[in-house]
Amino acid sequence: MNKKQKKVLKRIIAAAVLMIGIECLPVDGVFKFILYMVPYLMIGHDILLKAGKGIRNHQVFDENFLMAVATVGAIALGEYREGVAVMLFYQIGELFQSCAVGRSRRNISQLMDIRPDYANIETADGGLEQADPDEVAVGTVIVVQPGEKIPIDGVVTEGKASLDTSALTGESVPRSAGVGDEVISGCINLNGVLKIRTTREFGESTVSRILELVENASSRKSRSENFISRFAHYYTPAVCYGAVALAIFPPLVRMFAMGLAPEWGDWIFRALTFLVISCPCALVISIPLSFFAGIGGASRQGVLVKGSNYLEALSETKYVVFDKTGTLTQGVFEVTETHPSGMDETQLLEYAALAESYSTHPISKSLKRAYGKTADPARVTDVEEISGNGVCAKVDGRRVAAGNDGLMRREGVEPEACTGQGTLVHIAVDGVYAGWIRISDRLKSHAKEAVYALKNSGVRKTVMLTGDRREAAEAVAAQLSIDEVHAELLPSDKVNALEKVLAAKGSREKVAFVGDGINDAPVLSRADIGIAMGAMGSDAAIEAADIVLMDDDPLKISKAIRISRKCIGIVYQNIYFAIGIKALCLILGAVGYANMWMAIFADVGVMVIAVLNAIRALDVETV
Amino acid sequence: MKKTYKIDVDCANCANKMEEATKKTAGVKDAVVNFMALKMTVEFEDGANAKAVMQDVLANCKKVEDDCEIFM
Repeated sequence: MNKKQKKVLKRIIAAAVLMIGIECLPVDGVFKFILYMVPYLMIGHDILLKAGKGIRNHQVFDENFLMAVATVGAIALGEYREGVAVMLFYQIGELFQSCAVGRSRRNISQLMDIRPDYANIETADGGLEQADPDEVAVGTVIVVQPGEKIPIDGVVTEGKASLDTSALTGESVPRSAGVGDEVISGCINLNGVLKIRTTREFGESTVSRILELVENASSRKSRSENFISRFAHYYTPAVCYGAVALAIFPPLVRMFAMGLAPEWGDWIFRALTFLVISCPCALVISIPLSFFAGIGGASRQGVLVKGSNYLEALSETKYVVFDKTGTLTQGVFEVTETHPSGMDETQLLEYAALAESYSTHPISKSLKRAYGKTADPARVTDVEEISGNGVCAKVDGRRVAAGNDGLMRREGVEPEACTGQGTLVHIAVDGVYAGWIRISDRLKSHAKEAVYALKNSGVRKTVMLTGDRREAAEAVAAQLSIDEVHAELLPSDKVNALEKVLAAKGSREKVAFVGDGINDAPVLSRADIGIAMGAMGSDAAIEAADIVLMDDDPLKISKAIRISRKCIGIVYQNIYFAIGIKALCLILGAVGYANMWMAIFADVGVMVIAVLNAIRALDVETV
Repeated sequence: MKKTYKIDVDCANCANKMEEATKKTAGVKDAVVNFMALKMTVEFEDGANAKAVMQDVLANCKKVEDDCEIFM
């Protein structure tokens, strides 16, 4: 509790003790009034003051004003005890709310306690100096000792260590890092001393980007939040006008139409209970709090959600569209077969590896690996990458084309027909067909489970999009029991294929696209929800995606959906519960069955319950 | 132009009121108040003087919720 809260707590306790004391005293009349004014002013003076300021600023439907009118009214009618109690419980509710909100703020910042405080820089005499990570330039060598957090993204230049990545990915198995490995900030060095050459500034590093993302996530408001703001905007005035009507019309009707006693006091008292119920606090606080907790809990599990609106959309996901490579498969390609025609195997590999030497596509990497030697860039000129088809380049002055069937036909070469698993790279040299190389990719260990889990969590249809050959794609889809496959797609075709899925869905159903983010940015942004996986290295993916899965595990998709369902479930429980209880109390109050105590419950009790329920969204470990 | 400010406010509904008051201030194109993060993001109209506009924003926010603060 902070100072402000402690002060309020003291006032609450003092006023409560005084009130109980006065209850026991056998006083009446003016004395009773004076005695009750002591706890009333003690607990309510700030509310009365704020109400006064509110009137000056024409804020009639301000909570403070409502509470002031209700309590002053009750006291004027001689209901001293109720008047003080309303003020007392209102303050208790406010205190509880502010403590709960403060606690979940702290909770979430603890969850995200990955911000490093310093970076160690080696000084000239071999000692270490602690520097502000913000001031470390790109390319500086920093030293990370066992137990310390890696402050800035970089590449290991010396040393070997196990890294705890759990704060970032939710993955508990440590990862080992050695010389030449890229490491991301936020990981904890468990055992060895690492020297790291930084590749980014602190502000651009993984850890800063994640923190910024999570902190700003609740600024993108969900439909439910907007609904509640609008509701609160109309609810309070409506109930207040209702209270005025209740205080005036029934007595008049009784007096003139029915010839009964007007009973002004009774009706005004009923109107005052309306004012107590009119405060929208419970609703207004519990909805953003639920989203905040849900997003915080998800990030602890390695799922970064960029806004409350995306969490809401995710809970309505009925279609999941996957990219194949790097999403369902490991994206680690290996050359499994070479089939030259008119030259030997090494020569074929050499041409392919050299032609693709400038590309960073996983396929070219595997070609380079299979080639084994370093490709001499001087031998390669006029490189032309044909998106979705392959590469053309001049190698030692000879024109080499390496790519799929389409590229071969463009080159005027008829490729050899060939079936089986994997991706084929055909090669043509100087317009003559030179053979093919088969490259296969391995499925991720959780891919099958992931698709199954999605089906179990209510996803109606799974679709796979890939640039790969049809047979390879269908083999993978059959293995994973994916419902629909679109193969041999160029990047632009992927958007079209997604458009078709989008056109076929119902209006309340959402389509999620899951990709590795490297060349999926247009599709990621076109889908209702773009999910990028293992994308901590790719800026474009973080930019374009709505949800980022920090590790490569496709199983996290269904986890994320379940987290969102839990969170949205809590949001709806709170909306229905709070509005329901308030409506019920309003009706009972109008017909005279609900007294001030029930009104206090409808205001403060409901808020406490809704806040406690909202905090449940943080607990997503076992969802 | 968009700017983010830290704010201090006690209740969620007050934060909503601040958001509305800010949106209505001349020179402000759009505004979002994030109660949980205690942050306010203001998008200014083209050519508006952010500093001067924020003074008005603060004055308007104080009108709807006396007990609020914007750290500029």
